[in-house]
Amino acid sequence: MLDTPKHSVPAVATAPHTFTSNRGLDQEEPLLFEIGRPEVSGVDIEAPAPFAARLGGLERKTAIGLPGLSEPEAVRHYVRLSRKNYSIDAGLYPLGSCTMKHNPRLNEKMARLEGFADIHPLQPQSTVQGALALMQELSRWLLELTHMSAVALSPKAGAHGELCGLMTIKTAIAARGETGSRNVVLIPQSAHGTNPASAALLGFMVRTVPAGADGIVHSEAVAAAVGPDVAAIMLTNPNTCGLFERDVVAIARLVRDAGGYFYCDGANFNAIAGVARPGDMGVDAMHLNLHKTFSTPHGGGGPGSGPVVLSSRLAPFAPVPFLAREGETLRLVEHSEGTASFGRMVAFHGQMGMFVRALSYMLSHGSDGLAQASRDAVLSANYVRASLRDVMSQPFGDRPCMHEVLFDDAWLQGTSVTTLDFAKAMIDEGYHPMTVYFPLVAHGAMLVEPTESESKASLDLFIATLRDLARSALSGDSRRFSSAPHYAPRRRLDETAAARQPVLRWRPGG
Amino acid sequence: MRYLPLTDQDRTQMLHKIGVERSDDLFADVPNGLLDRGLDLPRGKSELEVERFLSALAEKNVPASRAPFFVGAGAYKHHVPASVDHLVQRSEFLTSYTPYQPEIAQGTLQYLFEFQTQVAMLTGMEIANASMYDGSTACAEAALMAHRVTKRKKTVLSGGLHPQYADVVRAMSKLADDETVALAPDVRAREDLIAAIDDSVSCVIVQSPDFFGNLRDLAALGAACHRHGALLIGVFTEAVALGLVTPPGAMGADIVVGEGQSIGNALSFGGPYVGLFATRQDYLRQMPGRLCGETIDANGERGYVLTLSTREQHIRRDKATSNICTNSGLCALAFAIHMTLLGEAGLRRLARVNHANAVKLADLLAHIPGVEVVNETFFNEFTLRVKGDAAELVEKMAVRGVLAGVPVSRLLPGVGLDDLLLVANTEVNTDDDRGAFVAAMEGAL
Amino acid sequence: MTGLRYTKDHEYVRVDGDIAVIGITDYAQAQLGDIVFIELPAAGKQIAKGQELAVVESVKAASEVYAPVSGEVFEINAELGTAPAIVNEDPMGKGWFVKLRMAEPAELALLMDQRAYESLVQGC
Repeated sequence: MLDTPKHSVPAVATAPHTFTSNRGLDQEEPLLFEIGRPEVSGVDIEAPAPFAARLGGLERKTAIGLPGLSEPEAVRHYVRLSRKNYSIDAGLYPLGSCTMKHNPRLNEKMARLEGFADIHPLQPQSTVQGALALMQELSRWLLELTHMSAVALSPKAGAHGELCGLMTIKTAIAARGETGSRNVVLIPQSAHGTNPASAALLGFMVRTVPAGADGIVHSEAVAAAVGPDVAAIMLTNPNTCGLFERDVVAIARLVRDAGGYFYCDGANFNAIAGVARPGDMGVDAMHLNLHKTFSTPHGGGGPGSGPVVLSSRLAPFAPVPFLAREGETLRLVEHSEGTASFGRMVAFHGQMGMFVRALSYMLSHGSDGLAQASRDAVLSANYVRASLRDVMSQPFGDRPCMHEVLFDDAWLQGTSVTTLDFAKAMIDEGYHPMTVYFPLVAHGAMLVEPTESESKASLDLFIATLRDLARSALSGDSRRFSSAPHYAPRRRLDETAAARQPVLRWRPGG
Repeated sequence: MRYLPLTDQDRTQMLHKIGVERSDDLFADVPNGLLDRGLDLPRGKSELEVERFLSALAEKNVPASRAPFFVGAGAYKHHVPASVDHLVQRSEFLTSYTPYQPEIAQGTLQYLFEFQTQVAMLTGMEIANASMYDGSTACAEAALMAHRVTKRKKTVLSGGLHPQYADVVRAMSKLADDETVALAPDVRAREDLIAAIDDSVSCVIVQSPDFFGNLRDLAALGAACHRHGALLIGVFTEAVALGLVTPPGAMGADIVVGEGQSIGNALSFGGPYVGLFATRQDYLRQMPGRLCGETIDANGERGYVLTLSTREQHIRRDKATSNICTNSGLCALAFAIHMTLLGEAGLRRLARVNHANAVKLADLLAHIPGVEVVNETFFNEFTLRVKGDAAELVEKMAVRGVLAGVPVSRLLPGVGLDDLLLVANTEVNTDDDRGAFVAAMEGAL
Repeated sequence: MTGLRYTKDHEYVRVDGDIAVIGITDYAQAQLGDIVFIELPAAGKQIAKGQELAVVESVKAASEVYAPVSGEVFEINAELGTAPAIVNEDPMGKGWFVKLRMAEPAELALLMDQRAYESLVQGC
């Protein structure tokens, strides 16, 4: 591997400015509102023959102002916009805690089958038995992989699943008559921000549990924090530092013995899916991010899907709808009356489009492939760790990680390069940066999750690039970093100006 | 294992580099005996096998395009131009994530900025966010936001609100220890919401067109809310309606939320959809969800970033305005593209065709003995009162090959509304479809 | 009692008769980075020591400012609404947040003096 920078100085300074501001394939694209006009349409719709409206005088009286584009203009607008995005399909996307793995196109094809994409959530259940069977089969896979008792499919994303899990727990506590006395949720320092946000939304008090110097939560710390006021612990496992919570079984026992529930944040299930089962570790509730572990596309920030698996202690309190079988017929139970269910999280039944994709992925991999995928994800993260441990620093020592490896910025001390600078320089090298400044427990955190989708050649090139950059940072080549990125569609953007005087929409006349 | 590039030889070399012998050594922290407990699941399948398996399940369903289709009640069958689905499947849109690195995510950020503007325009509001999960969760978030703005905790729900939206708000309120007052189901839009407002009310949630299809003038209600320091939350479940009817923003609504599925997104059995969320500039910092803002880069060129993220969970943690992390990016894109293709002129025509078709069907049905069109006003969906049980009627009509609508009792069981049927009619329904509906209904009755 | 007093949360109090002028220290503004928004209480509001007095948002963080002493909000620095950057530029001067009419001036004695605060900051 080359360990020396290939170019010492960016050549951009000598390039002439273009007349168009385009840079070859990197084309500028105006806002829709600057190129479209309200009278233009890319859809042919014939106006109806005159008729007597039944609008009761509530017809719209003012212009909307929405611009339209003809089809070729619209296609060009969005294609040009698309080209300003980095994507998994185009390169390694090591965004820690996000599991940016390959999105098989088979899944897209399956989700678009008319029998799935073009069915209505409220058409007679006799006409959607195949859809219900798919939900049933997905449930079977999720329950088997997690070794849990029941699953609530409806939550729309991971954070929504968390909320669902906590709503289930709060309902179970109410059923025990302990609403007033059991109102604390234990959350480790390193937890993702959605955990305390979800707990606070439901009126729980958050009690922070410190992690040990080795980055994991020790059962002693939980023992010190647990008590009769504790409703639940929210533990991410593997945790946000990329480490497996080794004391998990003891922690679960402590919380359960004190009368609380164990909520496991399943955001990092990609490390252990098919290899180890949360149900064996005392988990009462855990959400699964179908868009992470089971490869439904991230789509620029969603849609996700966050089914929650539940232990038998919590299963009765799960939200509607849920599936019931009557002979050969499947039925959705849509009302909570007469059950212990806490009610409803969403209109309709959840993210069917994501269910199809996730099941397509699971069927493709099978039990053997899912286990191998998890093992490869962990192997790849450790390979990155082992290949960079001599240059970059790890906050909790050099020890095996799970599917992501956490570095901090201690190794950059004494240089003028920050974690952010380093990330931006990666953009110039053609990579999406890792997750930076999360988790907060590591100073200047850099969380790298390569996923199982990378070949060894791809990992080797990525490693070599990071080594080049590291060497450059340590040798004082600060210009490469401080003004990076140089080769992206935009240079560094002024986030302060954006937040001080928020401009959140286009307005006529600028 | 077609999705796994590593070979066994690669794996051996990598383990060697790491300094361990076996993959299991990397899982040493997993408690004893908990690795590989065995799974009762099949082994991997080829693409062809997966396609066969899933296609067989899909074949057991009756898609909207295969039958005269009149089902609505919060999700609507519309025609989506082919270019929409083609564009959303661009790798750069489909396989990117939340634009945390704005320099290489300007595509996503610009379409979100455009989407926010489109939603603000459509709803008649000043600002909009970059989308919520769906209309129902947007509705629950709107109530929570109203509580933050007013520092009160009581929500009044109109009896014309989609019952499942009401259920979502109720479940959230109950578990967040907030109060909800729900008015009785209001088939003819005759409830007195104003009488329910006092100085303890945080917000009133009202839908138009409402669940039963009625259009509602919200102006007096808005004024009453404001007299008592409460917020008016306007809800819609059929975004196409806003092309033809006065938007809630023009009638005094402080927050407008709705379902955006109708524009650009498939029915998909209820999800993924896209929640629209708009409000007044004054409430900007209390608004949940992601926001995209305009700024400049180091060269002074215009660009876009996620902004005001200090309101969000990853910084505010237990003080965040919402726990939302992932939203509905790709569905928002589909909405934006379809809306761009329509433009104002196209949207207005589309909305007019929807209304015209619904009027045609209502007029046809009014002639069937024993059938009454309940609504005086509606957009593309109305309520029928039929003789006997509407749910049974729907099943009988399904056997005759017509998917006739949603029996109100499916969403509101046990409240004496078993003879009501919601019927939606969009641009996809032809005169033949309407003829088939009438014939099937006459036959079934 | 006159002069400057401090809290361990990096708020300062400048005492002027029975009025306490409250803001955040230079150290605090430097730690927060570019400040983009400040939420201030309404004039006339009664606030007890330790209650939330204001929220200060930077691009990377949002922090609560807690009342170092009890009292009634006498005046707020309205200029911060349109120009939050003043806090970065002159935190101890033009960048003050709130003037409280103190209810319990004796509470001042519990706050740190200049020397104690400086040693706190050096330890950070």
